[in-house]
Amino acid sequence: MDAVDSTGVLVLGELEDGALASTSKETLAAGRSLAGGLGQPLSLCIAGADTDAPAREAVAHGADRVYTVTNLLLAEYHPELHLEALAGVCHQTKPAIALMARTTAGRDLAPRLAARLGAGLAQDCLDMSIDPESGRMVARRPVYGGNAMAAVVCAGTPQMASIRPKAYEPLEPDPSRQGDVVPLEVALDPSMKRVRLVERIEEESEGVQLETAGIVVAGGRGLGSAAPFKELEETARLLGAGIGASRAAVDAGWVPASWQIGLTGKTISPNLYITVAISGASQHMAGCSGAKVIVAINKDAEANILKEARYGVVGDWQKVWPAFTETLRELLG
Amino acid sequence: MPLNILVLAKQVIDPEMPLSAFKVERENRRVSVPSTLPPVVNGFDENAVEAALRIKDGQEATVTVLSMGQGFALEVMKKPLSMGADTLVLLQDDAFLNTVDSFAIALALTTAIRKLGAFDLIIAGRQASDWDNAQVPLAVAEALGLPSVTTGKKVEVGDGLVTVERQTPEGAEVVEAPLPALVTVSNELGQPRYPTLRGIMAATRKQPVIWSAQDLGLDASDLRPRVETVDLYVPVTDAECELIQGEDEAESGRLLALKLREAKLI
Repeated sequence: MDAVDSTGVLVLGELEDGALASTSKETLAAGRSLAGGLGQPLSLCIAGADTDAPAREAVAHGADRVYTVTNLLLAEYHPELHLEALAGVCHQTKPAIALMARTTAGRDLAPRLAARLGAGLAQDCLDMSIDPESGRMVARRPVYGGNAMAAVVCAGTPQMASIRPKAYEPLEPDPSRQGDVVPLEVALDPSMKRVRLVERIEEESEGVQLETAGIVVAGGRGLGSAAPFKELEETARLLGAGIGASRAAVDAGWVPASWQIGLTGKTISPNLYITVAISGASQHMAGCSGAKVIVAINKDAEANILKEARYGVVGDWQKVWPAFTETLRELLG
Repeated sequence: MPLNILVLAKQVIDPEMPLSAFKVERENRRVSVPSTLPPVVNGFDENAVEAALRIKDGQEATVTVLSMGQGFALEVMKKPLSMGADTLVLLQDDAFLNTVDSFAIALALTTAIRKLGAFDLIIAGRQASDWDNAQVPLAVAEALGLPSVTTGKKVEVGDGLVTVERQTPEGAEVVEAPLPALVTVSNELGQPRYPTLRGIMAATRKQPVIWSAQDLGLDASDLRPRVETVDLYVPVTDAECELIQGEDEAESGRLLALKLREAKLI
């Protein structure tokens, strides 16, 4: 794309049950600071069947302008139709920077969109800023499983970045904020759908949702089998906590894949994260870097998790956990 | 007609290596490990090989493995052959630096795929354990105009369609796409098979096809990165761990609960 007339920061928004997704609000916060650094406006685009309410939310959360693509074909998320819609918006609005959250949809859409636009894409970013000299976006992101950090700059236009969920806090919504809503037309056709959803298998999730839980309890390889997770679940119930696991426990088949916390699992940001027999491989730590306080119970004093934890107990979880749970029960009455 | 399956695989530094061996050369903006630590085939790409071989277990199929890099440890990259893949194609050139970004890599892979001929199905790992971009397979799909399905845990082919069960945050979903298509797979697919002795013997006799940038008609200007690394460094962690220690382990557990209460965390 031509760089000369490209301007502004565009957030590629997502909808969740008809509302603006929380990850899109986080992305707006990131975009706001970049737009400030450039002295240019912040826009958000949404593609859906009903875009009025989420457009208002976007303005309240920091957007100066909202581009909407309203089409019944977009009522349900479809990777190919949404990609077409986003590409159309980028072609028409020519942003200097385009941002997206690295959600399930973002993981599918951002690379194909970048390839289609001929743009550079910085993936999985934790922090972005504008270099005052070059006016280019500098994006920081963990690589090599978090053992190194890279600062990257995109050549070409738009400069694209996908942002790790929870890396930014949404701005405090201001319902009195004013912004333009600009409807755009993008030609969409049902024949563009090649991928077809056959069946959705929802796992029963009775417990607390991991991504939004205030407290999370998780177990790892050191638990040795599926049975100990019952004990962890009991304690989690007591605390009103979500329950999760490391990839090793999932790969061993002890718990469902949806419990996985980590780079390729869920990203959590609780106030308190209690880990039991999790070694703290960087793969895992990538999913909990947003946790305010980490507690580690591990029999290995050299385990990496103890380097990242605020409080630690070095010992056998089978002896530590029952006493810990019992004391909690007394404390919480 | 046998089904033509292509697997994309990357050689990476072993993510399980001891952290003490891992060196960030900030001035060169790259990571180095001692030459005594051999690289590995990216873990998710081994899942991709396994997904292809499972299809081949059930129907007539050929499995070609394609990789790109500056240099290869041949005995490492032959592992997919010893697992049961038929052909190995390596794109090897000094110009294929690891600093070359995803889109330049996708361009080279796409050029090679066109040169190799038609494939019914391309399978790749969901992301590589070094840069975790999860970008090359989708850029290849976009360049070839193929439908793509990501993070599969079960991949089946029949009646001109690929059916993929994929992991989602809420559970799973089953999607299908017409062939030719590209699918990425995740660890939920299950353990890759171990090479058999017979497989290892067969792999020893097979030689990879090796193509340079010139063989692909590419030069440095084609491979100009769209994402440039301007800094690479070791992050600092400021966490200070307070170890809770009682008379015995049960006492430690009790004190931990009291500590969390005192810190108003529960």
